[in-house]
Amino acid sequence: MLPVAASQEVPATVIRLDRVTCGYAGQTVLKDLSFLVRRGEFIGVLGPNGAGKSTLMLALSGIVPVQSGSIEIEGKPLARLKARERARLMAVVAQDIDLRFPFRCEEVVRMGRYPHQKRWQMESPEDEAAIRRALGATDTAMLAKRLITAVSGGEKQRVVMARSLAQETPILLLDEATSAMDIHRKLLIFRVLDRLNREDGLTVVAVLHDVNLAALFCRRMIFLKNGELVADGAVDTVLNADVLEHVYETPVMVREIEGTEKRQVVFLP
Amino acid sequence: MKGGREDIPAMERTVRRHTVLSGNCGISVLCWAGFALLIVVAAFLASGIGSFETSYRTIFRLWISPFDSDSAAGIDDTVRYIVINVRLARVCLAFIVGAALALAGTVYQGVLLNPLADPFTLGVSTGAAFGASLAILLGLGGMQLSGISGLPLAAFAGAMLALYLVYLLGRIDGRIHATTLVLAGIIVSTFLSAWISLLKSLNEDSVSTIVFWIMGSLSGKSWTHAVLVLPYLVAGGAGILIFTRELDILSLGDIQAQHLGVNVQRVRFWLLLAASLATAAAVAVSGIIGFVGLVVPHLARLVVGPRHGRLIPATLLTGGLLVLVSDTIARSLLPNGEELPVGVVTAILGGPFFCYLLLHRKKYLQL
Repeated sequence: MLPVAASQEVPATVIRLDRVTCGYAGQTVLKDLSFLVRRGEFIGVLGPNGAGKSTLMLALSGIVPVQSGSIEIEGKPLARLKARERARLMAVVAQDIDLRFPFRCEEVVRMGRYPHQKRWQMESPEDEAAIRRALGATDTAMLAKRLITAVSGGEKQRVVMARSLAQETPILLLDEATSAMDIHRKLLIFRVLDRLNREDGLTVVAVLHDVNLAALFCRRMIFLKNGELVADGAVDTVLNADVLEHVYETPVMVREIEGTEKRQVVFLP
Repeated sequence: MKGGREDIPAMERTVRRHTVLSGNCGISVLCWAGFALLIVVAAFLASGIGSFETSYRTIFRLWISPFDSDSAAGIDDTVRYIVINVRLARVCLAFIVGAALALAGTVYQGVLLNPLADPFTLGVSTGAAFGASLAILLGLGGMQLSGISGLPLAAFAGAMLALYLVYLLGRIDGRIHATTLVLAGIIVSTFLSAWISLLKSLNEDSVSTIVFWIMGSLSGKSWTHAVLVLPYLVAGGAGILIFTRELDILSLGDIQAQHLGVNVQRVRFWLLLAASLATAAAVAVSGIIGFVGLVVPHLARLVVGPRHGRLIPATLLTGGLLVLVSDTIARSLLPNGEELPVGVVTAILGGPFFCYLLLHRKKYLQL
């Protein structure tokens, strides 16, 4: 990882989208989308249902192929990265977590080490340490021995978050990764991400429905609507009534929280 | 561990007791050794059952004769032939066939994320039986390829054809659905069974031969058959054991598996190929034995948990034991030496267990 503070230069580009159009058979979801993500950014991706947020995450992680345009991760074309290489660069917490077999939570977290392991290798001390750190950071150590099929939705999300942290990648993509968690766990996870972002230079791109959660932690926001980029910039510049009313088509009020530089949004009835 | 036992749901508790049990290294080794011993004892007992009566003492002396040549002194050659070349061969073959079918079932369930998948419900067994029947009808049954019989290869071709058909039929908009896949499997299976009956009739086989082929039988099989199947099972099994970690991750679903760095398309292709090879080898000698591949993976998963590194050895042993016991029942239940198809016995044993899963563990089956 680059020592971000060491130089005053602009940090390296880790994700580059160049005029990306993609979607599914007979349906284009993202239209001509371009933006850059630099190392150490904390980006919120927002927009109404059907705006293409999840498709963007699937495109960035190589699941949905691009129809035109290109995506580069750490300077390499995404399409040419091997699955395992990609998984060492980028961890993803997907929206729907469908776990069918009764694995123990700890075993699910262990799977996060897969891209780092050789075929016949036993777990190394680094693996164990990464797993322990991930369990600690997500407050899931007490779930370790329980079955993933028997824990609640929010607990499941924390376990999958732990798995992604155990993957120890420089980039983390989140798709509604905390939607089922209670408030304090949600904040706990985001505080951990904030710390990893500031201290280790972890790049976070998070799809969020909760504008106010995004406003607390993200430093840059990207608004999507109908598969197109509506606004992209620092929170100060894009989180305002004009943009929000255009994106969500409902009257809003944006307020500064006293004593902080954070903003919160109230949607008006 | 925090929290009392009270706040853990009952189902989780039973499963956890087992997984904890197998998680402890010392106890775990003891359990595996005990299970292996159980299989040897079952094989020993099964060797004593049959119309030709021999004492277990004689069988024991014959069994240890490769290590202690004096022990078999004075035993009649006919007895030796029956114990070693007929009964022991059949017991070993039954074990191999059961292990292969259970292995294939575990892989199909894991790869297709479908608790109802097994060589039979996917039509793979019937496809293999069709391939083998066609080869026999065309007189290719005795075909040799560098010393190994080609019959399993014909069965393999049939198995892959059936799997491909089922896959094409079971897909809706490029996605595989659990129910449509099994529905397609049943259609392909029924269609190919009809063709098997027709081919066998053209070959002037009796109705009973056809029934024994469609419901599975190990009647009259010898070491030749066991040796014929074994390389394919070993090849398929080795191919699958390489991918146990990927199998675990695949059970999270395609998207998450890709996110974790598994090349899903490639891994799935090789696993399906290996499982179909094991199935084809088993079916080529035994015909279609149902229920083993369906029930054994569930049974084993309840005991050792879902991790394939443990689950696959457990299914191999359990599947082998189940068919060994079923075959012994099939050949000894009826008076005057008549045999039942072994598929009849596996279905009678396996059916109630599956009913239990349906009634009490719907959630586990994800239905």
